[in-house]
Amino acid sequence: MQQPEMELTVDELRHLVSDRAIKGETMVLNLGPQHPSTHGVLRLLLELDGEKIINCVPDIGFLHTGIEKNMEAKSFEKALVMTDRMDYLNNLGNNLVYCLAIEKLVDLDVPSRAQVIRVILTELQRISSHLVFLGTHALDLAAMSVFLYCFREREMILDILEMCSGQRMMTSYFRPGGIWRDVPAEFEDAVKQFMGSFPDRIRQYEDLLSNNPLYIDRTKGIGVIPKEKALSWGITGPSLRASGVDFDARRATPYSGYEQYEFDVPLGSNGDVYDRYIVRIEEMYQSLKIIQQGLERLPEGPFRSSNRKFVPPPRSELGHSMEAVIHHFKLWTEGFPAPKGDVFVQVESPRGILGCYLVGDGGPKPYRVHFRTPSFASMQVLPFISRGHFVADLVAIISSLDPVLGDVDR
Amino acid sequence: MTSSDKDANFLRNKLNKERVFIEEFRGETRVILDRQMLLEACQLLRDDLKYDLLAALTAVDDWPNDPRFRVVYQFFCTSTCQSIGLEVRLYDEDPSVSSIEAVFPNANWHEREVYDMFGIAFDNHSDLRRIIMPHDWEGHPLRKDYPLGDEEVQFSFNFDEIDRRKRYASD
Repeated sequence: MQQPEMELTVDELRHLVSDRAIKGETMVLNLGPQHPSTHGVLRLLLELDGEKIINCVPDIGFLHTGIEKNMEAKSFEKALVMTDRMDYLNNLGNNLVYCLAIEKLVDLDVPSRAQVIRVILTELQRISSHLVFLGTHALDLAAMSVFLYCFREREMILDILEMCSGQRMMTSYFRPGGIWRDVPAEFEDAVKQFMGSFPDRIRQYEDLLSNNPLYIDRTKGIGVIPKEKALSWGITGPSLRASGVDFDARRATPYSGYEQYEFDVPLGSNGDVYDRYIVRIEEMYQSLKIIQQGLERLPEGPFRSSNRKFVPPPRSELGHSMEAVIHHFKLWTEGFPAPKGDVFVQVESPRGILGCYLVGDGGPKPYRVHFRTPSFASMQVLPFISRGHFVADLVAIISSLDPVLGDVDR
Repeated sequence: MTSSDKDANFLRNKLNKERVFIEEFRGETRVILDRQMLLEACQLLRDDLKYDLLAALTAVDDWPNDPRFRVVYQFFCTSTCQSIGLEVRLYDEDPSVSSIEAVFPNANWHEREVYDMFGIAFDNHSDLRRIIMPHDWEGHPLRKDYPLGDEEVQFSFNFDEIDRRKRYASD
């Protein structure tokens, strides 16, 4: 079998740097994997002419944990636990895309109460992810006070998630067929309390940054993603909408009942770092709107599908129903079988289009599962939009693309 | 999804009626092609059918069956909100297919990942090297004949035996 040569020599890597670097006119600097501004373990090879970037070559793979390979060895529901750990700021979103893929593959219904709760929690997760973006973005630009304010709000959201699922981050709360358990009685009050205090807080953060001449100086005109090229480069999500392209998976391919909610999709015009910041702030307001509608329309009913072939029966039934015991046994020892076939589902994560390609082969384990992660696609663009800028601008650009290295490397 | 069915039929008529198959599963259309037709199909998708986003590019390893690899492409049209999939089946002896980087630039890293994980070579790719694994890694992890890789614990009774076998960073 033909296998390409593994050993790489300096000559083969020479194309990554320009001739000027070989001659010594420009400097090749390693922005190593351990760096406070690279949003995780991202390694960049920078070719610098003074402070100006001639080229930047991303080197990823430091957080690769073989999630896709590992999931092939586990049954569907057990593999769900691994999805939390990809984009670790959007755990419920990862769960959601995987559950939607399973539900499409095996044709499983989801009751409406579960759909609404999924929407509410996904939007809360979106807000918490954008808060981390805001905090770390400001921190990278040395506006350090914003960081802890954002994390203070995020604590309220993490408390809500802990109330529902027992876990702050790696919740695995969404399961195939619905959600793991019903939301507790305090859920609605906690969400309402959060929604009461939050708009004011976002306005305070906007006051700190949006009209701040120092911030505007550092972000306007930096890292422009041109509108015509953005989609062909694979950028999706807030970075794409900041360039003016109106594409949101919640609108284009609605899932989980998103077509019933009224919300605007904020768009930018220039596609620079400032616009990406503004779009994410606006998205937080829109998420609050969706959560409000979700709470209003939260119906009573079951929180998970009653199809016992895929969803385990409640413990109380095991005492008096033989079928329940058999279903429980089957699901716990083997898992549920999926038909032969493959599906692709895409959702809107806070970073862009998160897609799950799931292949079933008739057995209880996913034959192949691939996640099309938005950060992986967005990182490609980094060399193109950072050429000609200074290293300090590069830090602003990376944080504005909002990469999460768990998403990039999986 | 009748519109993507129409698009699939358009592709089929333009390329080669006998060698192009259309499959449907759970409302999604997938067009199965020969690898020679891939680049032309992608150009038709982008220029005539206006699919502007390459949503996913990945591969599936069907070892020990032959054709062993299936390279799967997923395209999305933002204006009509339709999605369509392409599939190319590759054999074990020569797993290579032409790169679509010229048509969809964001295929660059996706193809590097498929090369890294499966060993499928992409012709005319600008920079085909490993992306996620270290650059001197041997083997392609997502292949079915690649072990999941639990490391054997090195106790004192099997210390020397494992020491002899193990590749250390200095090798």
